[in-house]
Amino acid sequence: MYMKLIQRIVNFRLYRNFATVISAPKKSKWDSVVGLEIHAQIASNSKLFSGAAINFGAPPNVCVSDFDAALPGTLPVLNEQCVTSGIQVALALACTIHEVSMFDRKHYFYADLPAGYQITQQRAPLASNGKLGFYVDVPGAKKPYQKASKLHQLQLEQDSGKSLHDPYEKRSLIDLNRAGVPLMELVFEPDLTNGEEAAALVKELILILLALDACSCRMDKGALRVDANISINKPGEPLGVRTEVKNIGSVRGVANAVDYEIKRQIDIKERGGQIQNETRSWDAITNKTVAMRDKEVLQDYRFMPEPNLPPLRLNVADDQTSALINVERLRKTLPELPEQLRNNLVTQYALRLETAIILVNQSGLLQIFIKALEKHPSIPPMKVANFLINHKISDANLVDLIAMLNNGTINYYLSTLLLQEMFDNPSENPKDIAHKKDLLQIMDPVAVEAICKDVLGKNGDIVRKSDVKLSAPIFTHFNSMAVTKLGSTTAVLVKKFSPGNASR
Amino acid sequence: MFRTANIREIIRCFRLKTVSGTTVTTTLQPNKSFCSCKSKDSTKKPLDFSELKFVSKVPSSPHVSPINLVKVDRIKIDEDTIQLLERLSLVNLDSKEAINTLEDSIEFASKILHIDTTNVEPLYTVLEYQNLYLRKDIVNEGNCSEAILSNAKVTEEGYFVAPPGNIPFQQTESIEKRKENRDD
Repeated sequence: MYMKLIQRIVNFRLYRNFATVISAPKKSKWDSVVGLEIHAQIASNSKLFSGAAINFGAPPNVCVSDFDAALPGTLPVLNEQCVTSGIQVALALACTIHEVSMFDRKHYFYADLPAGYQITQQRAPLASNGKLGFYVDVPGAKKPYQKASKLHQLQLEQDSGKSLHDPYEKRSLIDLNRAGVPLMELVFEPDLTNGEEAAALVKELILILLALDACSCRMDKGALRVDANISINKPGEPLGVRTEVKNIGSVRGVANAVDYEIKRQIDIKERGGQIQNETRSWDAITNKTVAMRDKEVLQDYRFMPEPNLPPLRLNVADDQTSALINVERLRKTLPELPEQLRNNLVTQYALRLETAIILVNQSGLLQIFIKALEKHPSIPPMKVANFLINHKISDANLVDLIAMLNNGTINYYLSTLLLQEMFDNPSENPKDIAHKKDLLQIMDPVAVEAICKDVLGKNGDIVRKSDVKLSAPIFTHFNSMAVTKLGSTTAVLVKKFSPGNASR
Repeated sequence: MFRTANIREIIRCFRLKTVSGTTVTTTLQPNKSFCSCKSKDSTKKPLDFSELKFVSKVPSSPHVSPINLVKVDRIKIDEDTIQLLERLSLVNLDSKEAINTLEDSIEFASKILHIDTTNVEPLYTVLEYQNLYLRKDIVNEGNCSEAILSNAKVTEEGYFVAPPGNIPFQQTESIEKRKENRDD
């Protein structure tokens, strides 16, 4: 009976932990198709077409040039650094880099788009036809599996300004600091099937962008934005109607948003409903996608060639006499990419591929690994790697621990105990460990009072001896007894029973 | 910052430009404005081109392009298309004159449709044989929020103030009523 209950609790835990895996339609009657569009803010000093600075925290409208405010008579002048960064990323993703690319205007009316159009590359992008290979590490599975997504195209484009909506005053406040900030948009083919794969793609892309210094990849600051196109269909049937999920602010959010949306679409279809072709927004707090009301039903962007920018030409044939950007020279000076790095670790240090993947993918580990081996070359690399991997607490788990400390689920003393447990079980979430090991602070004052009364009742003579005043040493004595009663790990102090209040 | 009214104003100007584009072609067949010019300057001696030091590239006599001789059927735009255009351009096409101007523009542009462009690469810019000039990644503009904001009528704590969100173009009147207005 009890065993069954425990089994059920464990199952529930597993289900919750690996929810993204279970909802992945492995055995489902439905195939899910996922394609990503990723906007990466190019790490440059100045904007794509103007000499205004890029400064995330600047006061509003300070990083704005006349061109960014779309003043009549101003003209765009392309930033060389942005082109170079774009080419480097395209090379890292094995793209065909086009000798000639062009810019287009994409029109729409919005208050934070002063020109009424965005300059982008629609007809002739900088690069196309690439491929990104990555490893998908499914929690619970032994080995990560390999996956690849084709890159349809890579284009340079401007960002828009920012609107702060003020519903009470019925107005929007516009900050143009972000208007004209350089972005590279990476449009991937719908080659993925679930949230874990989508998250793994984003992770690998982040590693590449960081290695190339092309983007800060701070998703929390909007430097990397992921939009996911999702549809479902029965095996053998044509693709279903797709929805687009925007506003995904973290790598975990990518996995959750995609899996949520797949599940939502399956639910609708199973109930005989129809999927609407719409843009939905990911709400990270409720873990749901919600329809965006702001967007118009069907947009006609009225693309047209940008008449103010002649074609962008590159030197793709390694012509030494050319003054254009030399693509082959950039290819030769490309830094070591994560894929090479992992392969090198496997061959140079005889590490297992799984170990190499974790070392490269988790920020900071590789540096410690290399430093350790530099200082003590006699230690077998496998030992160093294993230690680092098994004793590394993930950022997410650490953040959860701090959050638990903050909201009072645990206290400071418990947090150190929990931290030790986390070192032993690095894959487990601190909340689950705390539940399992009974490391939660007792929050119910009635329960605490009952224990305290019990201790006081059992020690009537001491209470009587101490007369009216409960001295501090005796209080400590009672307190520790209460603690013992509660179990050695749970230290509880309730104000009500502190010496000052418990004088009677 | 750009109130819808302002945007409408801008587009109205743009439309006037297209209208003047139409008149340019008609000036080739002398029209009123041309005549009035002549009558004003009739006391002066007309300019003798042969006396000019440099030969002007401007033709001395009106030239009629064969394109202008092409007759095209005037296209009637249905109500749905008008509404779509209104939404896309944020322009109110609620008067008969506005519709006329629109149909004029379409007629003007339609004249090139019969030209055979098979195997002709489209020309997007006359500068297409030039290479795009690339700027070094240096910050040399900005920091002029006061000047930038002075272009706007309403500002608040360094922000431009705009109407909330994306206001779709509202068609307030019924189609029938609008038609009546137009036919008046």
